[in-house]
Amino acid sequence: MRFIVEGYPAYAYTGGKPHDPQRPTAVFVHGAAFDHSVWQWQSRYFANHGLSVLAVDLPAHGRSPGNVRRSIEELAQWLGAFIEASGSGPVHLAGHSMGSLIALETALAHPARLASLALVGSAMPMAVGEPFLAAARDGADAALDMEAVWGHSRNAQLATSAVPGVTLLGASRRLNGRAAEGVLAADLAACHGYRADPAALRKLALPVLVLGGKRDQMTPVTATETLAKEIPGARFVALDAGHSMMSEAPREVVAALRSHWLPAAR
Amino acid sequence: MAHFGPKTPHPDTLAIHAGQSPDPATGARAVPIYQTASFVFPDADTAAALFNMEQPGHVYSRLSNPTVSAFEERIAALEGGVGAIATSSGQAALHLAIATLMGQGGHIVASASLYGGSHNLLTYTLPRFGISTTFVSSRDPADWRRAIRPETRLLFGESVGNPSVDVLDIPALGELCRAQGLPLLVDATVTTPYLGRALDMGAHLVVHSATKFLSGHGVVIGGVLVDGGRFDWDAGGRFPTLSEPYSGFHGMVFTEESPATAFLLRARREGLRDFGACMAPMTAFQILQGLETLHLRMPRHVQTTSRIVDFLATHEAVETVHHPDQPRHPDHALAKRLYPQGCSAILSFELKGGREAGQRFIERLSLFSHLANIGDAKSLVIHPASTTHFRMDDAALAAAGITAGTVRLSIGLEHPEDLIEDLARALRAARK
Repeated sequence: MRFIVEGYPAYAYTGGKPHDPQRPTAVFVHGAAFDHSVWQWQSRYFANHGLSVLAVDLPAHGRSPGNVRRSIEELAQWLGAFIEASGSGPVHLAGHSMGSLIALETALAHPARLASLALVGSAMPMAVGEPFLAAARDGADAALDMEAVWGHSRNAQLATSAVPGVTLLGASRRLNGRAAEGVLAADLAACHGYRADPAALRKLALPVLVLGGKRDQMTPVTATETLAKEIPGARFVALDAGHSMMSEAPREVVAALRSHWLPAAR
Repeated sequence: MAHFGPKTPHPDTLAIHAGQSPDPATGARAVPIYQTASFVFPDADTAAALFNMEQPGHVYSRLSNPTVSAFEERIAALEGGVGAIATSSGQAALHLAIATLMGQGGHIVASASLYGGSHNLLTYTLPRFGISTTFVSSRDPADWRRAIRPETRLLFGESVGNPSVDVLDIPALGELCRAQGLPLLVDATVTTPYLGRALDMGAHLVVHSATKFLSGHGVVIGGVLVDGGRFDWDAGGRFPTLSEPYSGFHGMVFTEESPATAFLLRARREGLRDFGACMAPMTAFQILQGLETLHLRMPRHVQTTSRIVDFLATHEAVETVHHPDQPRHPDHALAKRLYPQGCSAILSFELKGGREAGQRFIERLSLFSHLANIGDAKSLVIHPASTTHFRMDDAALAAAGITAGTVRLSIGLEHPEDLIEDLARALRAARK
């Protein structure tokens, strides 16, 4: 469904059920040059298990038009406006990779809009290597290869896919390839440049879940755990998966989020 | 500046390992044959979640099966696609592709140089369901463009036509398709991903008869449909099966659910579910056995074929040889560009003396087997005009590059000198 956010239409996938702002709501935020469909399994699960679901397409991503945002702070401002436009009360916010930084910044900037926070495949800082940034700036296919290969467990294609008949690495690369020109470069630069204030992190007064992937090549699990330790009370869970754990380990991600959310949702 | 992506496994490694981890239950290294119709649900919530696509997994082997999925994921990795659906035959894969994209009123533009079975489907059968086809015999993309109508939903051709061995200009047709907002489906049975990847050249969808070179030993019937994941099914509003709510599956809009795999979702959730032309696990296992040596077999197939083409081209009993290795073949340069390692272990030729000479020749061969198939380890021979393409009239035969005297060979993995000796004996006999 679509909302108007900062003057532009904003698309969100609702998991096959209509959005009901009166219900407890989960908001999912995707990573660099992706869209709502990275949360495909989790969106449908929670939409059928007690939550209203909004898996957003960030501006200039997927089905949402608008200008490319250049910083995590700008994206968080948009996300705060999106949550307000959705009419939902304090939401359970989950972000993956770049989306986790946007979720974190939203929690710091708009704490009243959140009921809880889940950071998936995260690290702070989220440094991006210059070869990756340069390939993305030049629109080179190598940037898509880096995002796809490092975005999954090592040699992900040489393993049974969690989704029968789908090669997760291939599908992920094609989804990145659909992003408009300049989006991947802007997103990676935004990740690279973001720093949250450590003092602000220590004051975060929300239930926080941090999900790391033991085989994550993009944000190594040690970096994810370090971030979790900087947030008082944050619960850290490491899954046997790579960076794209929502598709590599869809059931395990659902289980972790379920334990985080559903007691609060009842 | 040059950018270098991370190293990824070579095709040889993908052919052996893609899509399969050692069996988590037993540690089995080979792909186990999951010979089961159904899969137990651990609890009621999981059962509902599987049916409602809240979590991925296997439910019933018509929809998916772990052995079959290993094959699907392996061929998708080899082709550079987002995924694949294995089917009971190559014909089922072609039908699944078409039925997923269009219904009554749909129109296809297809190469005239097609396998006879595909020609039957498009010419005789699909019109009963309101789907028509315009065949194009020209190599000029402008002629393909002129055949496109407002109701056209698909362009279709074979990477290398069977039996004429015409080479489809996939890059040129891919460009035409991009300009027209239409998908290009390529039957890559003859080339396989080893000789050339149609998706990289510009195709959007690929079908194979896995009966042929993929399995490679003539022991199974199977097919597969691979999605490149690049086509924008939303643009233009021409594909409502993918871009509009489907009341047959929870009102799902497949392009919304998964933009990159929308086609596969619909093809599996409707096409496999309702038409039911699924692959059996034992078949998938046997194809996987063959696929593991694709990278070893294909070079031998095409190298031996080159020697046989040279032998036949200079033989006094032979009128003409059709194979792109021949410098005078109209697709010689195109084949070198698209398939530098060789393009086909299929060739056809005309014998002096027409149909009777052809029949004598076929009957005197001893190493070549006279049968209707290609892509076997064993060398094969057939007379298309009286067998695989017998329903086609003279004009359609001519458009497909077939005459009454055309003989088709599929070159196997025997020693080339033994094959040449067999051909030489039969050619001598054919002249008597």
